[in-house]
Amino acid sequence: MNDEIYLDSAATTKALPEVVSAVTESLVQGYGNPSSLHRKGLEAERLVREARRRVASALGVEEREVYFTSGGTEGNHLAIKGAARGASRRGQHIVTTTIEHSSVLTACRDLEVEGFRVTFVDPDGEGRIQPESVARAVGAQTSVVSVMAVNNEVGSIQPLQAIGRAIRAVKDDVIFHVDGVQGFLKVPIVPQHLGIDLFTLSGHKIHAPKGVGALYVRRGVKVLPLFGGGEHERGLRSGTENVPGIVGLGTAVRIVGAQAYAERLSQLKARFIEALAGVSDTYVNGPEGVDCASHIVNLSFPGVRGEVLLHALSERGVYVSTGSACSSKHGEASHVLQAMKVQPARLESSIRVSLSYMSTEDEVMKGARILRDVVAELRSSLRA
Amino acid sequence: MYDVILVRFGEIGLKGRNRPAFEGQLMQAIRRALSSFQGIRVSKEYGRLIVTLPRSMGPNDFDLGEMVKRLASVFGIVSVSPAVRLGLDLSTVEEAAPAIVTLGAESMARAPRTFKVETRRPNKRFPHRTPEINASLGARILQSAQELDVDLHTPDITLFVEVRESAVYAYTQIIAGPGGLPIGSSSRGLLLLSGGIDSPVAGWLAMKRGIRLEAIHFHSPPYTSERSKEKVLELASILGRYSPEPIPTHVVRFTPIQEAIRDAAPEAMVITLMRRMMLRIATRLADAKGIPALITGESVGQVASQTLESMQTINAVTNLPVLRPLVSMDKSEIVALSERIGAYDTSVLPYEDCCTLFVPKHPETKPRVDRAEAAEKALDIQRLVSEAVEGVVRIVRE
Repeated sequence: MNDEIYLDSAATTKALPEVVSAVTESLVQGYGNPSSLHRKGLEAERLVREARRRVASALGVEEREVYFTSGGTEGNHLAIKGAARGASRRGQHIVTTTIEHSSVLTACRDLEVEGFRVTFVDPDGEGRIQPESVARAVGAQTSVVSVMAVNNEVGSIQPLQAIGRAIRAVKDDVIFHVDGVQGFLKVPIVPQHLGIDLFTLSGHKIHAPKGVGALYVRRGVKVLPLFGGGEHERGLRSGTENVPGIVGLGTAVRIVGAQAYAERLSQLKARFIEALAGVSDTYVNGPEGVDCASHIVNLSFPGVRGEVLLHALSERGVYVSTGSACSSKHGEASHVLQAMKVQPARLESSIRVSLSYMSTEDEVMKGARILRDVVAELRSSLRA
Repeated sequence: MYDVILVRFGEIGLKGRNRPAFEGQLMQAIRRALSSFQGIRVSKEYGRLIVTLPRSMGPNDFDLGEMVKRLASVFGIVSVSPAVRLGLDLSTVEEAAPAIVTLGAESMARAPRTFKVETRRPNKRFPHRTPEINASLGARILQSAQELDVDLHTPDITLFVEVRESAVYAYTQIIAGPGGLPIGSSSRGLLLLSGGIDSPVAGWLAMKRGIRLEAIHFHSPPYTSERSKEKVLELASILGRYSPEPIPTHVVRFTPIQEAIRDAAPEAMVITLMRRMMLRIATRLADAKGIPALITGESVGQVASQTLESMQTINAVTNLPVLRPLVSMDKSEIVALSERIGAYDTSVLPYEDCCTLFVPKHPETKPRVDRAEAAEKALDIQRLVSEAVEGVVRIVRE
């Protein structure tokens, strides 16, 4: 176990020990239904309230603006569909980008079937969305704009504030949704300052369990629920609360949110890239420096197929991914790198290395050495 | 990037010889409010307190936002500003000015189009006068930020410059605090806390004048639920956010008293007698703890039991001053304050409280002391009060 080198934290992360014990306690002790009137229900309700407070405070928003969901995919669908349907009288046009997570893209496609029009904005060659490109796509009928905070494949940080300002200069009442799954607790995000109306976050990217997340909905923004039922979460998200998951999310936010670890990670990432300097013909896809999130780096080693490299690394106990874990099973080239117009040789040979709050220097540098060796071996055997 | 937060205080600046004590209390309160952040330094500069940040922080830095939010709820603070500390030299300030405006703009959802510069110069030894500083900084900003124009009357963004003894501070934001006096500067008070909208607001207003709060709550199981008690503890915890320490709540089991009153007294008098019992119990508890005043959320004429006659009859059972900070406020004003302090959503949760139990259809609106005393003849007041006080449970919820 100690030998495993986990460099795939943008796919998911390991739970923190504190999260594990808080979740266990809520399963064993605080197992009540928050809607029950008795004391057991009350205890569970308190746990949920405490977690909501943590999440709200991490975003600098009010507790009542935070709604728990089952994670990023649901959050994105709820935000985009709920807001688009809620504002459909004002217009039926959605603007998003070609580098969004598949959950955002499918939510938009579903809306197209309902009669909405969707415009997909392309990034520049480094995976950044230019505010002017988004603003140009906004028209009189636009009701919702959805742009991610940090791209999950290449790590590009999107200029959210500039995008928010640019779209509102065109149309004042546009609802601005941000898929913050890769950005939450990794880059500074204060929705109020950035002009964000809806913000999706997910637990398992920050050492909480899978199956829990949250959606921030600015007070006054109308979002229709995806389904009805028990009127949980103020009617926006019916279904008995996932108390253990919510407790895990709150705990992770408390611990991870308390430390500015981005600085440490970006130094670690820089050292990782430096360690690969000896490998010829290596490319970093996406932006470098402050425009890139400190936990993601996308690399290409032309001549070695990304998937082959991934499997070879996996045999040595080093875990990375090609593209996004959610879509990489389909064996198609990354839609993000394609949108960035990355050359085919680099496209096919790309892997994503991603770090987390729990990454150690030892682990990361060992990973770099193994990666260097494996690339050299594969290249020489392919040439032979 | 910001390196300090400037803290302005109001009244405590006026308090003559008490001033050092007040300043000390405020510094203490600030340190406690920021205790979870490491490397903070709080220092005095004439008329201001200065919080030095552990590292320089951008306007969207989570920690900075949290610190500002916490400071903005510390009583005694009039306002705060994240600021850049600069050397006492005009050219340094000129050089930094455009970047500070850009920094300020980063925390605005809409891009500013107009600006002005506003300088204060308490340090009269600084060789440049205020109009000269304004003009030279304004010119520099105009030069480097093409999209900004000057507007002296309603600018979108203002660059404030304070030339002080040891440094120049520049900032663009002023975030209002609650004002008032630092908690602890005015002794203690016992708040009668129900689950409603009014009593938490009354408690907050008392705290605003520096009173350190404890709360007493009357709970009537099984007629009132665990959740109604929980709601009250949550309200105490919300009030606690404005206090350097959490606010303890003393929970009284009120059921036997309510049942005794229901069984023995005329229906129209029930509320008056209940309130008298509450005040007796609160007085006994306050006396035992050396607390010199009670605080309630009553407002004249709001409900039948809040007439002046009723207050007189209820007051007759205590020799402690009963502070009623809401006495002349309208319901809408109280609701607005409740929203502002973050209690409203909790206050309106729909759980029964003990005051809505056994409530008569037509309560007495002008109860008289002699009638109340006559109706109480059938009650063993000493025993009921003693038992209630002995059974008090103290709960502290962070």
